[in-house]
Amino acid sequence: MVPESYYLTVSALLFSIGVAGVIIRRNPLVIFMSIELMLNAVNLSFVAFGHRLGSYEGQAVVFFVMAVAAAEVAVGLAIIVAIFRLRRRLSIDDLSLMKW
Amino acid sequence: MSLVAFTLVALVAVGSALGLVLRRNPIHGALFLVVNLGCVAVFYLMLGAEFLAAAQVIVYAGAIMVLFIFAIMVLIPGKEETGPDPRRRLRTWALPAAGLLFLQIVTWLLLSRAPAPSGPPTEGGVETIARLLFSDYLFPFELTSVLLLAAMVGVLLLARRRA
Repeated sequence: MVPESYYLTVSALLFSIGVAGVIIRRNPLVIFMSIELMLNAVNLSFVAFGHRLGSYEGQAVVFFVMAVAAAEVAVGLAIIVAIFRLRRRLSIDDLSLMKW
Repeated sequence: MSLVAFTLVALVAVGSALGLVLRRNPIHGALFLVVNLGCVAVFYLMLGAEFLAAAQVIVYAGAIMVLFIFAIMVLIPGKEETGPDPRRRLRTWALPAAGLLFLQIVTWLLLSRAPAPSGPPTEGGVETIARLLFSDYLFPFELTSVLLLAAMVGVLLLARRRA
């Protein structure tokens, strides 16, 4: 039996790699995929905690996170495609309109 | 035995996550992410969450990644990251920042007291999850369906030619 803390460590590692990806990369699609990576890391920790506590509530929460992630990906990709249509190029550094 | 399997899967998971972040070609990144999602599905199986493992493979590795690869094919953004990075100085801080975040989470994990297991470890139990979703979580469940409908309408509006 693998202790739950190992799963939590892997989850923390995946989350940190996702954060690094969001900061380093310049392609909005890859940044989006890094966000998916972070969502998955958190899902893993939910399931690990639920396993530890003998509760199914963590799995229910992960189910909702998956549904919201599906909706989020659809809307986000549509926004990226719309931006690409408007500007004909795709770099995250161009999208600084809302930065103050 | 299970520890060996866990270590192998964990290595593949972390390696594929690094591949997603470090490879320049976004298609390679998407394929690495599929591998990573599969590894997380194996973790779910090890933790006794069979339903979530199946949902992970169908929803994430199936539907969501197909959407990503569609978008990459439509946009062909492979050339966007070839030039010199104008913000290189700022972006070199990403690795120390992420490493610090990892150390922070791990120290918090080490310092916190593990909660006592209050029941037997969960296993499988699609019926239990279904009962939970349709009793205690009925309202969020119905809200999710409305959310998916709203997302669908929104995407149709965004993707119209003359929006």
